[in-house]
Amino acid sequence: MAAVTPLLTTTGLKKVFGGLTAVDAVDFAVMPGEIRAVIGPNGAGKTTFVSLICGRLPPSSGEIRFDGRDITGLPAHRRVRLGIAYTFQITSVFANLSVYDNVALAVQRTAADRRWTGSLRDGVMSALSRTGLAGRAQERAGALAYGHQRLLEVAMGLALRPRLLILDEPTQGLSDGEIESFTDLVREIAQDATVLLIEHNMPVVMALAHRITVLDAGKVLAEGSPEEIRANAAVQAAYLGATAA
Amino acid sequence: MKPVNTPARPLILHGAVIAVLFALNFLLPDYHHGVLARVMVLAVFAMGYNLLFGYTGLLSLGHAMFFAAGLYGAALPMVHLEWSALSSFGTGIAAGALLALAVSLLALRTTGVAFMIVTMMFAQVAYLLTLYFGEWTRGDEGLVIPQPQRHIALPGLDLDLTSPTTRYMTALVLFSAVLLATLAIVRSGFGRVLVAIRENEERTRLLGFDVFANKLAAVTLSGAICAAAGATYAILFGYAGATFASIQYSILPLLWVLLGGAATTLGPLIGVLLMYYLVDASGPLLEQYLPGWKLSSLGIVGVSLVLLVLFFPKGILGTVRERWVKWLP
Repeated sequence: MAAVTPLLTTTGLKKVFGGLTAVDAVDFAVMPGEIRAVIGPNGAGKTTFVSLICGRLPPSSGEIRFDGRDITGLPAHRRVRLGIAYTFQITSVFANLSVYDNVALAVQRTAADRRWTGSLRDGVMSALSRTGLAGRAQERAGALAYGHQRLLEVAMGLALRPRLLILDEPTQGLSDGEIESFTDLVREIAQDATVLLIEHNMPVVMALAHRITVLDAGKVLAEGSPEEIRANAAVQAAYLGATAA
Repeated sequence: MKPVNTPARPLILHGAVIAVLFALNFLLPDYHHGVLARVMVLAVFAMGYNLLFGYTGLLSLGHAMFFAAGLYGAALPMVHLEWSALSSFGTGIAAGALLALAVSLLALRTTGVAFMIVTMMFAQVAYLLTLYFGEWTRGDEGLVIPQPQRHIALPGLDLDLTSPTTRYMTALVLFSAVLLATLAIVRSGFGRVLVAIRENEERTRLLGFDVFANKLAAVTLSGAICAAAGATYAILFGYAGATFASIQYSILPLLWVLLGGAATTLGPLIGVLLMYYLVDASGPLLEQYLPGWKLSSLGIVGVSLVLLVLFFPKGILGTVRERWVKWLP
């Protein structure tokens, strides 16, 4: 076990907004190939935490290392080129562009970084096929049904050929049937990428995650396998509002 | 599977537009022939503006400075150093590109309304400089480029730019080159990134693109194209005056592009053409029917701008694309 170095580590990572400490000295590590879920009650700092990792927000203090390299001061676009992809919690596809062009942007980026050597079209169509959107390539992204827009987000993430894919509440607003195929998709993605999953839907978390990190009020409350987390009294207290005995 | 790109139709359309403009050289009466030569040069100015405003989504209110940089960048060396037209064309473009790079390094630290104001302030500074250095620029009165200098000497070929046909054809060559370049840019990966920046900057950054660097490239390219129009204007029509650096020439490209259709390759030409004839025709009409009102054609420009924004925000070709011709670039 000790021989494998983590893909991502954060050390003492902290983000303060005015008087509010949204992320409070978080030490965190994800192993390559892992599916890691980050859960926690609303306002626990989950989205802030992953925003620090992908570079949307600068941390107040602490350090982030990716693949052994200190990326704390690196701008977001440079982190993407290293292989950190982020799919948005609130769907943010380019509504006025075609589905094809949305994904083409991601493919042309990886092609420019020489991480994709095939044709633009092959790269786009492969990401669209994996998410089941191949038949909708010419549609306007904004005209897609909500569930399909979420899939398009994932397709754009996939087309970036990430080593670490951060999915921020990907199943929010999806129907049960859509959630099921989504779960299969994440499993498939995890075969060649590490996945960091923020999720509220507990059945999805339990089905997918190898390990779970629980955040509460910006701090790591617990970390462990799904079984351990299920049995953890402190976690139950944070979620149900009961006082931990 | 449907073809993802249909390169043929847009190419045929643009080729046809260029062919029609070529044919008009032989068909138009003198007055309209002269107007169209001028319109084509101003359409290049509008295309440069459109690249930034239409495709990248950056609204500049200071593009007169880039047109003027080309205008004076060409006229000053011609008048004072007796440089040839061709090398002055080069200095004009270089002046515009450098100015655009310098201004955008500062202005791009702002967005939205602040960007509009900052670009406008820089343009005002540029305008005042043309007056301040009146000894060389001759300010409002302007510089007249002597006729003998207005020719292009190529091996075995001497083009007299004061002849209407040569002037028309030179304008057409520049117009066609910039039109096809614009078409190539907007269909390239770079063009796709510019549109992505317009639509959602944050998302573009998180796809791994350096938004600032791409905007910088867009402003510089836009400035260089507008300067090419300015330099050509000075060389073809033999005049460079401070009016071209004034705020009016920052508003006009916005108006032309809005009228023709922002983010359409042919919109700028249509916008300039219609606005030119609208202003041209309205002057005499205003004088005839509202003689005491002393209304200027600038009023027409202002009223058109308000009406366009209120009722016709996508412009002519923007509306055509939305309703009928989806493949229009």
